[in-house]
Amino acid sequence: MQLIEDHGLLRFLTCGSVDDGKSTLIGRLLFDSKAILADTLSAIEKTSLKRGMQDVDLSLLTDGLQAEREQGITIDVAYRYFSTGTRKFIIADAPGHEQYTRNMVTAASTANLAIILVDARKGVQPQTRRHSYLAHLVGIPHLVVAVNKMDLVDYSQQRFEEIKADYLAFAEQLGIQDVRFIPLSALKGDMVVDRGENLPWYDGDTLMEILEAAPAAHTEHDEPFRFPVQYVCRPQDSTNPELHDYRGFMGRVESGSIRVGDAVTILPSGRTSLVKAIELGGEPLREAITEQSVTLLLTDEIDISRGDMIVKTDALPTQTKQVDATVCWLAEAPLDRARTYLIRHTTRETKAKVAAIEWRVDINTLERQAAERLQMNDIAQVSFKLAQPLLTDAYADNRGTGAFIIIDESTNNTVGAGMITKLAA
Amino acid sequence: MMLFNRQQTQLKTLPHLDWLEAEAIHIMREVAGQCSNPVLLFSGGKDSICMLRIAEKAFRPGRFPFPLMHIDTGHNYQEVTDFRDKRAAELGERLIVRSVEDSMKRGTVVLKHENESRNKHQSVTLLEAIEEFGFDACIGGARRDEEKARAKERIMSFRDEFGQWDPKNQRPELWDLYNARSHKGENIRAFPISNWTELDVWQYIQLEGLELPSIYFAHNRPIVRRQGSIVPVTELTPARAGEEIVDLQVRFRTVGDITCTAPVESDADSVEKIIAETATTTITERGATRLDDQASEAAMEQRKKEGYF
Repeated sequence: MQLIEDHGLLRFLTCGSVDDGKSTLIGRLLFDSKAILADTLSAIEKTSLKRGMQDVDLSLLTDGLQAEREQGITIDVAYRYFSTGTRKFIIADAPGHEQYTRNMVTAASTANLAIILVDARKGVQPQTRRHSYLAHLVGIPHLVVAVNKMDLVDYSQQRFEEIKADYLAFAEQLGIQDVRFIPLSALKGDMVVDRGENLPWYDGDTLMEILEAAPAAHTEHDEPFRFPVQYVCRPQDSTNPELHDYRGFMGRVESGSIRVGDAVTILPSGRTSLVKAIELGGEPLREAITEQSVTLLLTDEIDISRGDMIVKTDALPTQTKQVDATVCWLAEAPLDRARTYLIRHTTRETKAKVAAIEWRVDINTLERQAAERLQMNDIAQVSFKLAQPLLTDAYADNRGTGAFIIIDESTNNTVGAGMITKLAA
Repeated sequence: MMLFNRQQTQLKTLPHLDWLEAEAIHIMREVAGQCSNPVLLFSGGKDSICMLRIAEKAFRPGRFPFPLMHIDTGHNYQEVTDFRDKRAAELGERLIVRSVEDSMKRGTVVLKHENESRNKHQSVTLLEAIEEFGFDACIGGARRDEEKARAKERIMSFRDEFGQWDPKNQRPELWDLYNARSHKGENIRAFPISNWTELDVWQYIQLEGLELPSIYFAHNRPIVRRQGSIVPVTELTPARAGEEIVDLQVRFRTVGDITCTAPVESDADSVEKIIAETATTTITERGATRLDDQASEAAMEQRKKEGYF
């Protein structure tokens, strides 16, 4: 029944605080795209009335947890869904406050576009810089600066241009390349889904048009083929004798693509083979592309297990027992340099120790400073010694093979997130 | 400045259902790879029917690396439990059924009154089954779009020894790097279709040609109207004095415990018609059909904290 073109799925992030009208913007997107249904609306109408408000407060849609509703703030990342005729969207709604840097990094990790909200009255604020820095750090390729509350500055083009110039000045320092600007009023709905009539001087796309046209992940440049093995299928107990020698290597294509007949190398062993077949649920495929979950069969009998990586022989990742990475510390307990942590990278795990903390960044001034320890929400450059080699690419080149998480084995908590910066041999 | 342009969206990318399926397969395989003794919860409902198809795509031609399990309230529609047994047999996979009624006999579930919904008491039976089999992970078909408290749920959600969810102390979940580690006695709840909506589920059912229990499709059924809801008249939910029983064409959007699941009025007797109806509906899935979530804004959060799926 797919009569219209399917432009896949776009995951995006909204950054800003309640004061910037972030929740109202999300509410507006959901409301105008008809993703909010009558019973939800009637529930927030009741709550709005209870709180003594006159209009329906669309921001209530995004307060998921009891504690958040009581305090009227967003604490944790919430995921929202809507779709238009051609595309499905997943919004990661991250809290704006400095204290929640870790939540923004979490939300940003899966996003391909970030909407950075600026209050037209206040202009570029320290938190605007912080959010832009973090979005850029986590490698979100497309930024949209939404200058909100234009209704409160008389829809002034001059004000919009001032903010744009301010923003571009520091975006250049950060190395942000793809950024666009849009004036809007989430409250009134101007330039969100509908153009409205208050911004005749703006001839660019509405926010929704931008979201519908933005490239989905992995479509912009050719990345080398990376296939971390998740699970090995050996149905030996099957009554079907044809399956007796079946060895299927199951995983998700982290990047690049693969075809039957391609030459591959298995890491870390370095053995080589050819792709004999590609399957999905037992059905043959000719090719597998980025983000597809498939099963690979090889022409040679090679011992491969979870944690190994299948790559094309002509483009190998770096095999290393030392990584330098930008780390965001996520846990309440600070990073303890004396301890051994566990690093999970693709489907591999290794014990790891901190070799050095190069610097810590002051998230408000973006200055680098010396640091001995890391607290929750800190961003720092850290080098690690590893017990087992990892198969890495730089995060800037490949989000899939450039990212890792740090786990505290005593609690099994995820305590840090790392993005590999440069590769040591 | 390098700005994206419209041409780029034409580059090779997975259609949205393929993307959702690929993500779900990846999550199931991570559970299989990281956990030593997982189980997949299968009720015979539409979400868990999709989960079984995803498991087939993830693990065939091998067997599933986990059994299926249903926590039966004893108050399920016969069509659904029949379907559950039939589907498990077709797949040749092991089905475990544990029943709330057994927990009642043991005295671990005590109803406030005879007709109380057993839905929330499934938590107790589930925790007992987890302990009995030593499961370290339960894979379930919950979706984030179902309910507010679920919107902040992780894909791999950690539960302590008492099965409790602590919404303020969840593990951060970044990229597609899932942390399903747990110590003995603790438990991971894994939700491979977290990012699906009700419409995605129906579109997937259509795309894959999945069979469903008949009560999902429009059929005639005796009902009464009670406080704005349609209440099916069954042995468990008889009409009250003064209520008028009418024969209405209805279908179920969710199936669960008979005492707390209501159908909607509908003439959609095919997947196509249900998709059309879902795309234009004005009421959420739970709002229309779950009589137990409306009690308070925080009802689901509270139940989840106590170990509910």
